[in-house]
Amino acid sequence: MRNSELGTRLNGGSEMKLPETKLTPSRFRNPIGKYVVRRNSRCTSCGLCAKLCPYGVHLRYENYTQPVRPLDYKCIGPACEANEFYCVRHCPQKALTVALNPVLEAFGDYRWTAEMILGHWYMAETGDLPYVDLEYSLGYSGGGFDKLRFKIHDPSAYLNLPDEEIDTSLCLNRRQDGRPVKKLSLPCYSGGMSFGSTALPVLVGRARAARRLNTLTCTGEGGYPEAFRPYHDHIITQVATGLFGVREETILLAPVVEFKYAQGAKPGLGGHLLGDKVTPEVAKIRETVVGSSLFSPFPFHSVYSVEDHKKHVDWIKEVNPQALVSVKVSTPTDVDMVAVGSYYAGANIIHFDGSYGGTGAAPDIAKKNIAMPIEYAIPKVHRFLINEGVRDEVCFMASGGIRNAMDAAKAIALGADGVVIGTADLVALECIRCGNCESGRGCARGIATTDSELGYLLTEEWVEQRLVNMYAAWRKQWCELLRQYGLKSMRELVGRSDLLVHLDYLDEEERKKYQPAPRKKMVL
Amino acid sequence: MPRKYQIHAKNADPRFPPVGKYATVEFREDCAGSCRLCVKKRCVYGIFKDNFLHWSSVDTPEFLYTCKSCLRCVEECTKGIFSLAVNPEYRTLGDNYWTANIINSTWSQAHTGKVPVSGAGYRGPFAGEGFDSIWTDMSEIVRPTRDGIHGREYINTLVELSRRPASLKFKQDGSLAMAEQPILEIPVPFVFQEPDFGIFSIKQILAMAMAARHIDTLFFIPPESFSPALRDYAANLVPCLTRQNLKDHIELLLRCRMIELKDEPGIETLFEGLRAVRPEVFIAIGLPLDARAADRALELARTDVDTIHFYGTPDGREASSSRPRYLKDMIREIHLKLVEKRIRHKVNLLFSGGIALAEHVAKSLICGADAVGVDIPLLLALECRLCYRCTQGKSCPVKLGEIEPGWGSQRIVNLACAWHSQLLEIMGAFGIREARRMRGEVGRSMWFEELEKESFGPLFGSRKVAETG
Repeated sequence: MRNSELGTRLNGGSEMKLPETKLTPSRFRNPIGKYVVRRNSRCTSCGLCAKLCPYGVHLRYENYTQPVRPLDYKCIGPACEANEFYCVRHCPQKALTVALNPVLEAFGDYRWTAEMILGHWYMAETGDLPYVDLEYSLGYSGGGFDKLRFKIHDPSAYLNLPDEEIDTSLCLNRRQDGRPVKKLSLPCYSGGMSFGSTALPVLVGRARAARRLNTLTCTGEGGYPEAFRPYHDHIITQVATGLFGVREETILLAPVVEFKYAQGAKPGLGGHLLGDKVTPEVAKIRETVVGSSLFSPFPFHSVYSVEDHKKHVDWIKEVNPQALVSVKVSTPTDVDMVAVGSYYAGANIIHFDGSYGGTGAAPDIAKKNIAMPIEYAIPKVHRFLINEGVRDEVCFMASGGIRNAMDAAKAIALGADGVVIGTADLVALECIRCGNCESGRGCARGIATTDSELGYLLTEEWVEQRLVNMYAAWRKQWCELLRQYGLKSMRELVGRSDLLVHLDYLDEEERKKYQPAPRKKMVL
Repeated sequence: MPRKYQIHAKNADPRFPPVGKYATVEFREDCAGSCRLCVKKRCVYGIFKDNFLHWSSVDTPEFLYTCKSCLRCVEECTKGIFSLAVNPEYRTLGDNYWTANIINSTWSQAHTGKVPVSGAGYRGPFAGEGFDSIWTDMSEIVRPTRDGIHGREYINTLVELSRRPASLKFKQDGSLAMAEQPILEIPVPFVFQEPDFGIFSIKQILAMAMAARHIDTLFFIPPESFSPALRDYAANLVPCLTRQNLKDHIELLLRCRMIELKDEPGIETLFEGLRAVRPEVFIAIGLPLDARAADRALELARTDVDTIHFYGTPDGREASSSRPRYLKDMIREIHLKLVEKRIRHKVNLLFSGGIALAEHVAKSLICGADAVGVDIPLLLALECRLCYRCTQGKSCPVKLGEIEPGWGSQRIVNLACAWHSQLLEIMGAFGIREARRMRGEVGRSMWFEELEKESFGPLFGSRKVAETG
């Protein structure tokens, strides 16, 4: 039996067709790497290093004899010394040095370390996992996902299946309520980012990537730009408290309509788009005035009870009988009650956004303190829904601080059906998390801005391919993980917290078997 | 409904360039300024606008306090010779508790009066010690709710340090049979307190007193700091006296609304005499926040004291202990002890030491404080760098003694404005519209130990390590 036939049989015919990955290099001329390779004035441009290095760090063109700046982000660092081809040793002029890049301390933080950012840049460039020794799965936060590990697997359980035959799909409607059973190819979709907060090419690029990956993206609360129309099957329309850009028409276009009650980074506070970002285009779509700050109040003033909430859900379901309804809430102490309330109100998808999630702008005090991290909320909600006997009828999505493929897998093993990704998408587009998305002209790197110059630093095609590449790399990680535990599909991983350990809950001897949580004191 | 309380911030520029986080590094200098595409000329934030021409005219390395570290200069330099590093001076700023980040953020709040806002998610550790192991709650759709910080409903941050008689006595005809009890309200749940170091001149004291009057809070000072220049601010001053020096400062007793006495055995015997001299004066007792604090608080609560003021260490810990507990645990202990003995309603509890951020105010109240005292942030607002040189008799790098009191007052008012706004954010999300209702409201907070037990306990058993992060 051919492998693909086996896969078809195993997955009930839904074999994953992987979109094509393509080399999509950085927009900038000096991409940052973990190591720097310096070439001093002794270099005679003999070209030996270019011949030696299998990673393509050194470039030498025929008919051009000047030394070229090394592409040092491809260098594997001083560890290369063990290799026969180590350029530093072979250089006849002793003109080369390799060292850790000191600029790494100038970006990154406890949650998204510089190495994690670089790792994602590499994935987005190539569609592969980095070969440079970058720790892209764990941060320095010292808790939550950074302390959770998958258990040491039993080698005999290994399932020898190619990636194409492993099922990473996610079913969004499990209610059997006559609405479509929407199936995504990945256990994740993209979180809401509004037109206004983020550059249009970014938003459209995300929609294009969602189409190619058979997943979804979300409008956020910024209306529905015309450019979204060709991709409307893959775009969630968000209904948030300000109701910007929400019309019957945009609800009819959407396969999924998302009610945003709260956002993890600023739970209970509502949204705020600063006046600088309200350009004529933004104002037109949001039906407001140019240059005036836009507030989304908290909460929905029409919702003061679960009954009111049900009325909301019914309203959407009435307007669009084909749409699934998602309810996005944050994580208060009674998350479990909120989840059950949303279920009884008729939601297909319950989406919890934890407190460490991303945002275009939020008070620091809110990001750090208000509501609980998603790691706590997931098992609590999962257990409660099981005890209520309704777990199999809802699609439970988690978000807020899910940074990479392993975080996503851990969230799923804790009990979520899938995850919603925001920041990682932007990091794939070379966001460096400098945190200056909100003021003045917005993002200096051309991502979270509507500035007439900065907002066009990237193209839709580039955005699309970078995202396709990153998710292709993530899928490789997921497939390998599933194989290790003898699982054929991501669905089998849901709620398998028995496959997880938390380092702080292990005896010292046992803990030594696992990769310790990376620790580093950072200057914030 | 009270008149809407607002603190008006006004930009108060720093006198010295603040110590920024970044510094530039250039590997070679021969191209500086000559390149048509020089990244220094093209910086989105324009931070090199005076500093791109010649190497000789550039400070080396350049310390960039407005740099946002977007790293476009590093990635776009045509020669690839440009890099950023963390400013070595920034690394030395403050200490383990008063981190460079806290100092910087306090400076910017004192400068602009704005709430620190940023994009992208939270950047810090998962959880930490002390206050960092508490998350505050938020109201979600299942709760009766409120109308948001931008909305129509007023969020009141006022707290009372009033006298709290256990009962009222009435005459036959229903009229009050006792003197009307005086009320002391402060519009924000924090008071000022003179820092133990870094005070070089009356100008600083004056700035703090002016700010206290402007926002109508109290300012706790030792009597030695009092001078005729402060006479106009007496209503907002609280002299911290002792049994010994009390009689030397009868003038203050007559002018100030509240006085604080240092605790000592039998201090309560003075109260009657004080009340005889000035019946409406509020009496506070100041004592160290140590292992005996809870028992002593219980004894004092049974006397005629109005407010008990506990002094923790500057890093928010229990005083004089080899294994000091955190302020949050100390507040809990004292608050709960008084609750248990059914006497908590009789006194006001004021805590100081280590209150560094607006969130500490809210979290202290949640733990059971009525209000908190703020000291070091007042110095930070005046641009103090917490280098502690002055404690060794050395000069002050930012000449704190030479400030202009009006400017200093505005800086402190700005900081208070930013803190007040942040309290509104937290209370807004909380769904609580009265700061007084936050007191002891732990049900609306989430604690690391409990969340771990509740969420992870059923999956992983019990924690085997003590530390939080």
